[in-house]
Amino acid sequence: MAQHMNLTLKVWRQKNDKTKGKFVTIQAKDIADDMSFLEMLDIVNEDLTHKGEDPIYFDHDCREGICGMCSLVINGRPHGPKYGITTCQLHMRSFHDGQTIVIEPWRAAAFPVLKDLAVDRTSFDRIQQAGGYVNVNTGGVPDANAIPVPKRIADEAFESATCIGCGACVAACKNASAMLFVSAKISQFALLPQGQTERYERAQAMIDQMDAEGFGNCTNTGACEAECPKGIKLSNIARMNREYFTAKFVREEDIHTHS
Amino acid sequence: MSNSKPVLSSSLGRKLIMSLTGIFLCTFLIVHLIGNLQLFNNDEGYAFNQYAYFMTHFTPIKVVSYLLYASIILHAIYALVLTMKNKAARPIGYAQFNGAANSKWNSRNMGILGTIILVFLATHMYNFWWKYHNDQVPYVEYRTDLATGNTTAQEIQATEFNDYQVTTENNVEIIKARDLYKQVDFAFQNIGIVIFYVIAMAALSFHLIHGFKSAFQTLGVSHRKYVPIIEFLSVWVFGIIIPIGFALMPLYFYFVK
Repeated sequence: MAQHMNLTLKVWRQKNDKTKGKFVTIQAKDIADDMSFLEMLDIVNEDLTHKGEDPIYFDHDCREGICGMCSLVINGRPHGPKYGITTCQLHMRSFHDGQTIVIEPWRAAAFPVLKDLAVDRTSFDRIQQAGGYVNVNTGGVPDANAIPVPKRIADEAFESATCIGCGACVAACKNASAMLFVSAKISQFALLPQGQTERYERAQAMIDQMDAEGFGNCTNTGACEAECPKGIKLSNIARMNREYFTAKFVREEDIHTHS
Repeated sequence: MSNSKPVLSSSLGRKLIMSLTGIFLCTFLIVHLIGNLQLFNNDEGYAFNQYAYFMTHFTPIKVVSYLLYASIILHAIYALVLTMKNKAARPIGYAQFNGAANSKWNSRNMGILGTIILVFLATHMYNFWWKYHNDQVPYVEYRTDLATGNTTAQEIQATEFNDYQVTTENNVEIIKARDLYKQVDFAFQNIGIVIFYVIAMAALSFHLIHGFKSAFQTLGVSHRKYVPIIEFLSVWVFGIIIPIGFALMPLYFYFVK
């Protein structure tokens, strides 16, 4: 039998990107503890809609932790009080009856608030468009083992590629740095044979775009890694730095004179 | 994909400057601690004052010392620039931010710790470096009987001191030197200075426990074999041995001497 609880929500309400926002206190009544956090917000929104008020605007899509759409800083932590999950995977049993929950959007200059709790994360898209791809026609399916990739390298690339681009790393970082995201996207190509041709242009282009978007600078606190719902490791950032400094100082194409 | 901006105007370039200057300053601390262990010699500064003269007059050391001052200034300026950029990257802060859930306190407060260290450095340089270079320390004459090896020390007046001199008369070695040792002794009789030095060394400890290993992460060193060694050095050498070694100096002069 599900336990039911009443909660006090302090929710950031903001009309649009032009106006200033503020916290509004909303009561969430009769919430079952086996609901997800987003289902709790759905219930609150139904209630608001019945009252003729504007529902709380928040991002969500797959609701099974794989799309990276849901966000929310809940009581001071991205995706709420648990580790390794997204907000849609957070259940109300992580809270108790009578608790006050502060809900804020991701805070970063590069993630402007669109409305209430939804932020514009297209800065991530622009970083991807700057170099997060392989610029050749892939053609047909290659024969198995035609391109050998050692197992450990394949695993490492796969782990980097599990980044869902939710932006929790930026939200958690005291400097609003996007380096965990960018490093994961650089790593997934830098590790694999298909990514080699554009390896160093990619690192430079994506880091330039990251800087242009106004993200902060990493101070290696490790907050991003701890809060990442997909467990993207800090070693990706070290790899990104290696890629970038190699590109700048010892890149094979640049160290010789060509006519 | 395009070829891109100069290194030093990029986020990673600025981090590289922080990393390299930081590691250089860490290596300096090792030399500084080992040299200053001579303060614990019970010889009225005989060894320490000769060492001080050597460190301020030997050309290669002087070159390195100017690199050192430049590194301190660069490290502080880049820290300020990066901090301002980081603040600009989050113009509206969180009403509630639970940093303790995901990161260590010192890693989030490197700026505050660094500022304490910078204020300490200004005080420290004024007390010893500036006074030593501007004839505001006492003078001393050491007489060593070369037959017996016994050394006696005596304070001398500015008029009796021309420059650092080592002479031998009648089988007695006479050394005239600026008495930095006495200046150290004098400064560390002030309880305010002693407390400030100890606090600054605590700040140094927390700064370096994060800073030393962070510098290597920035350089791209990430390895299951070598990172544990770097982390060990961060904690034991730069977080414990060096700050405690330095903190013992004012405590020794205040409580023991």
